[in-house]
Amino acid sequence: MKNNLDSIRADHRIILEMIETGSSVLDLGCGNGELLSLLIREKAATGHGIEIDEKAIYQCVARGVAVSHGDIDTGLSDYRSRSFDYVILNQSLQQVIHVDSVLQDALRVGRSVIVGFPNFAYYKSRLQIFFCGRTPVTGAMPFQWFETPNLHFLSITDFVQYCAGRGINISKAVYLGEKRGLKFFPNLFAQTAIFVLSRKDYPDPG
Amino acid sequence: MTPKIKDTEKTTVGIVRTHYHTFDSIALECGETLGPVTVAYETYGELNEQKSNALLVLHALTGDANAAGTHEGLNNAGWWDSMIGPGKALDTRRYFVICSNVLGGCRGTTGPSSINPETGKPFGLDFPAISINDMVDLQKMLIESLGIDKLLSVVGGSMGGMQALSWLARYPEKIRSAITIATALRHSPQQIAFNEAGRQAVMADPNWNSGCYYNGPAPDRGLAVARMIGHITYMSSASMAEKFGRLKKEKARPTKFAADFEVEGYLHYRSDQFVKRFDANSYLYITKAVDNFDVTEGKPLHDMLHGVKASALIIAFRSDWLYPASQSKEILKACRLAGVEATYCEVDSDYGHDAFLLEVDEETHLISHFLKKIS
Repeated sequence: MKNNLDSIRADHRIILEMIETGSSVLDLGCGNGELLSLLIREKAATGHGIEIDEKAIYQCVARGVAVSHGDIDTGLSDYRSRSFDYVILNQSLQQVIHVDSVLQDALRVGRSVIVGFPNFAYYKSRLQIFFCGRTPVTGAMPFQWFETPNLHFLSITDFVQYCAGRGINISKAVYLGEKRGLKFFPNLFAQTAIFVLSRKDYPDPG
Repeated sequence: MTPKIKDTEKTTVGIVRTHYHTFDSIALECGETLGPVTVAYETYGELNEQKSNALLVLHALTGDANAAGTHEGLNNAGWWDSMIGPGKALDTRRYFVICSNVLGGCRGTTGPSSINPETGKPFGLDFPAISINDMVDLQKMLIESLGIDKLLSVVGGSMGGMQALSWLARYPEKIRSAITIATALRHSPQQIAFNEAGRQAVMADPNWNSGCYYNGPAPDRGLAVARMIGHITYMSSASMAEKFGRLKKEKARPTKFAADFEVEGYLHYRSDQFVKRFDANSYLYITKAVDNFDVTEGKPLHDMLHGVKASALIIAFRSDWLYPASQSKEILKACRLAGVEATYCEVDSDYGHDAFLLEVDEETHLISHFLKKIS
């Protein structure tokens, strides 16, 4: 299996490393089920996805991934508290309408929440705004303003402050530059950030 | 020697025939015992040695045991022939597919038109009240008589989906999965209302004669009106507009109120065909069973599937207003609350409730992959 791990998307590989073997995982905005099937295969995870796009649902089913068709904004209230070890919001939090309620529900339903999002304050975005006066289009945010599915544009600093203000505990943070992980000045040099979150009023399981 | 068939090639199960099994009696939910009771059923494919590849297909309101293939000398293929056969969603090269006519029906299984052994005449309204759970209990008896301990899946749409839910909630240890299509945990007042209008149409026909019509003319007009109401609820506004528009038939109108719109002609044709094959009393008994069905049995949703290990595939159709997707989401919610592994898909279809018989490609994809995963 190791040979094909090299072809895995960098953010998926990071999430794969974050998750313990045998965990239960709920992937919100699971797309075609690529990440979930990876976690099922490599980490013996039990997984479920929620996805809005019908074509992606068929791809998930073809992969053998259990998935439900619906939007994340309303899909979480059905679950009992702490139904999953991990709730994943990878590249989907910036696309939901009600960030606050989705994140609170995710923190209720999962023992930990993994959030991955594109960093709007990435230096190339800053340069495009500053020098070109254009809405930035980067590797992590590859959409023109008129076709982007993103509703919210946030930086790493924004998110860290948001978590502090909401009493959300950040137990781990991984930052991705264009090719590899990085540690210094992430708000400037990271294209993508992946956080592991838990609620402060619950003990951190990790 | 079976001819070699490519994996993608879809063919028919060919000529089939209905089998019958008679049991001494069945204990009904209403407290009465009915016996002897005969069940009409068909099977397609081969049961494997471990008896682990059996699928039970559950028909809707007016279906029958002939789900696939054709009967000798007849042209019409079974009601789900597009889904059952070699290379199809319920692939008969892999699975042993069983379909039986429901209790209370009129297509071979004991129902109100069957002979009452006590009187030597058809039961009529002496037939006891039956429920969806009773239908499932008879299916369970049949499955056991075939030597099958555990079904790979139970699959049904509409009323068939209710039976699948009854299996899932009441006999979860007897199934590995349930597939529910365009169905509900229980009927809404709107669904009950349409059924009641249909029943009243039957009972308003003077030929109905309190259910005692087997020696004379049947209440065909009443039953036809009931079926017309049904057909209206099975289609969407968009599918009717697409199929009929406001087109009129070409023939000159013989009377003022003749059926001159295409849609009127369709309703007349379909309902006239229907009354030839269906018993009015069965229609009353079965629609009542559907209306009374409530798989939650009044319990909170989170208790309904408590401890169930079987998994579920739930399919709904966007334009289905008779069994709207919100009802399938309730089923999904019950699964989520109980930790039952469930996949849910809301297929974008314009066909309304009829979609469950028409959206073959989507259903084939979902069901075939789902079954491959669990088998």
